[in-house]
Amino acid sequence: MLIFILRRLFQSVIVMLVVALIAFLIFRYVGDPIVSMAGVDTRLEDQELMRQRLGLNDPFYVQFWNFLTNALQGNFGISYRLQQPAMRLILDRLPATIELAVVSATLALVLGVLMGIFTALRARSFLSGVIMTLSLVGVSLPTFLIGIGLIYIFAVELQWLPSNGRGVTVQLGWWRTGFLTESGLRSLILPAITLSLFQMTLIMRLVRAEMMEVLRSDYIRFARARGLPDRVINFRHALKNTLVPVITITGLQLGSVIAFAIVTETVFQWPGVGSLFITSVQAVDVPVMATYLMMVGLVFVTINLVVDILYYLVDPRLRVQGKGR
Amino acid sequence: MTDTPVLSVRDLVVDFPLRRGNFRALDGVSFDIAAGEVLGVVGESGAGKSMTGAAVIGLLDPPGRFTAGEVHLSGTRIDTLTPAQMQALRGKRIGMVMQDPLTSLNPLFTIGDQLVETIRQHMELTEDQALERAISLLEEAGIPDARGRIHAYPHQFSGGMRQRVVIALAIAADPELVIADEPTSALDVSVQAQVIKVLKDLCQRRGTAVMLITHDMGVIAQIADRIMVMNAGRVVETGPVAQVIRHPREDYTIKLISSIPTIARTGEAPPPQPQGSTPAFVQVQGLVKDFDAGGGWLARVLGRGVPPFRAVNDVSFRIGRGETYGLVGESGSGKSTCARMIAGLIEPTAGRVVVNGMDVWQVSAAERARRRAVQMIFQDPYASLNPRWRVGNIIAEPIRVLGLAKGSEIEDRVADLLRKVRLDPIVMRKFPHEFSGGQRQRIAIARALSSQPEFIVCDEPTSALDVSVQAQVLDLMSELQDEFGLTYLLISHNLAVIRQMANDVGVLHRGVLVESGPVDAIFDHPQADYTRMLLDAVPDLADIE
Repeated sequence: MLIFILRRLFQSVIVMLVVALIAFLIFRYVGDPIVSMAGVDTRLEDQELMRQRLGLNDPFYVQFWNFLTNALQGNFGISYRLQQPAMRLILDRLPATIELAVVSATLALVLGVLMGIFTALRARSFLSGVIMTLSLVGVSLPTFLIGIGLIYIFAVELQWLPSNGRGVTVQLGWWRTGFLTESGLRSLILPAITLSLFQMTLIMRLVRAEMMEVLRSDYIRFARARGLPDRVINFRHALKNTLVPVITITGLQLGSVIAFAIVTETVFQWPGVGSLFITSVQAVDVPVMATYLMMVGLVFVTINLVVDILYYLVDPRLRVQGKGR
Repeated sequence: MTDTPVLSVRDLVVDFPLRRGNFRALDGVSFDIAAGEVLGVVGESGAGKSMTGAAVIGLLDPPGRFTAGEVHLSGTRIDTLTPAQMQALRGKRIGMVMQDPLTSLNPLFTIGDQLVETIRQHMELTEDQALERAISLLEEAGIPDARGRIHAYPHQFSGGMRQRVVIALAIAADPELVIADEPTSALDVSVQAQVIKVLKDLCQRRGTAVMLITHDMGVIAQIADRIMVMNAGRVVETGPVAQVIRHPREDYTIKLISSIPTIARTGEAPPPQPQGSTPAFVQVQGLVKDFDAGGGWLARVLGRGVPPFRAVNDVSFRIGRGETYGLVGESGSGKSTCARMIAGLIEPTAGRVVVNGMDVWQVSAAERARRRAVQMIFQDPYASLNPRWRVGNIIAEPIRVLGLAKGSEIEDRVADLLRKVRLDPIVMRKFPHEFSGGQRQRIAIARALSSQPEFIVCDEPTSALDVSVQAQVLDLMSELQDEFGLTYLLISHNLAVIRQMANDVGVLHRGVLVESGPVDAIFDHPQADYTRMLLDAVPDLADIE
């Protein structure tokens, strides 16, 4: 177990180094940082002085090393646009994105797994057909269209829910949460549904396919032959086996929910890192972009690590290798 | 009461309504099994053996339908019960043992979990009582240290041990009837004998009736009291084992029994050849293969590395031109690894393979010649042919890759090869799934022959086939050998097949060649203990009085 985790950690570090390298290359070579920082009327000597002070004349590896050590201390440079540390900008916006991602991921997971099980067990029922057909809509409609559609129905026509922003938020330490006020929760509903819809249909279809596969397997037949009731077979034996591959895909999907909430955040004017990223791209705010890239990399690597450990816990075949044989 | 049979099946009919019309899988099957009796059900694949078992226990796969007939269990009719009543009956009054012990246990639950769950489903016991019962069942089934291993997962047991667990599960609630569907076909001979004994002992002690479904007559001969031969959904013949095997009445039974290879020498022995008389065509010297048992470099750095696993350890033998060398051993003995190294598919850790004077792994220029001269036939004809390719293409591929012919000549060659393996050349337009297992293996042979090889490595070429088909394929292989002067390395776990086909034989045990020599000498006077054990474990029809 220890070796397993250590090996995975080691691989994670390598992945993060590669991500850092790419972030650094963007930071350093997409446009000249001095040109971005200095105004039109800065004298050439001053520009050269800035170059010296920022170490831009140092060899490549020295600069990369400095970038790395700064990054480890949370220092990604100053946003060109807002003149604030890029890291702080991201951290300010992060709670909004995480709250949105967690709610929609939970929604996707719970509903997706439940509907997946239902459609697998009652494959021929009318309701399954309806769910399967609707899920095609969920997979094929682009996120922004779903978002705009929901806004039109529930915010514009019915006027039940707010169409944008986070509503009233409460500051808890550095974390700004929308969970504690009614308007915050109401604001969360539409974007969360929008963001979760695609994942939900994906998880549902995956669970359904896996479950149907497992239900055909020998040990399920044998469980029936042992006279176990359907409830035990379906929810104890089949479900646990279904979840093994589902964990992997779901984990990766969760990563993309956090990382790529960009579209949803833009549609709903959600003050998260996604919308920050979009405005930064428009303003060529390279430090923020590089920081965002590092953050997304970290999210994916962490989730992958957690998924691997979960896998290890669920499947005993991975736990004890070579023993008893 | 003793007059009522435990299981009585009358005129059972099972239909499969398919799009292309109705398929009658079982047609008027009738039989009885008395308490404590073992009824062996034999027949080839598709005969309806397993279907009969599934119909009795009420687990027909859709769209299969129980169309007509009656099933009585100890006098009560059970085919008319509701699904819920049937479910209460499964496991409690009818137990089942399935074919593949590797897949019939849920891999994510400990065997204790699965046993306790089954016991508590059918008996009013507390968790602790059920656990005690589980342990005693496992002990009865011959699992050593049952108390210590009850919380182990299925993958921590070997195939034979797993099948014992499955048997313990099947008898967990003392059923009146156990349906064993090919309980030993996935196991090695030596393990097979033990598992059969466990099944027989347990059922005899409890007076349980057993319906034993198998394609292996040898198993039936060892354990069954009566035998029922099935073919194409009908019962061909029923009777006491000795009578049916010694004096079969029906043509089908006669044919089935005559196609079973026996381990005793039948017919003429091949003319004895003094050792070394023919020049060695294939020479294997000190072959070794290590597999990295995992862990990776980090484990090694931390001192937790696993030493490499030596799958093949110093194996040497020679095959004369035009002869057949048989390699036997149980699963995991390194047979297939040897075959792959000799065929040039995986690189040996040490040792030499010399084919026709060329070292397979040293001379790089020899690679092309080797690919032409050495071919391989694999075990599973369902997996070894590309399902998306037409048969003609599959057979033509080696010809094309090796540049042996061009244009329309290729097609002529393919047609010729198909005729050689007794198939109509017209089939080259078809896809593999349109053929039966035996026909597919013929196609695989045709593909192996297409490069005009001199040496063919056959890795369990008939173990996926029915006995009658096996006999045909083996006959074909012998004929082709005579016709083209082929040299075979024949790998099999079936000692009878080796006896009929090979001139010389080698016995592999845990990667070591424990014995090697002329087949008659070794089979009649085995020197190594392991060989003797293997030979003793083989169930043989000749032993039936």
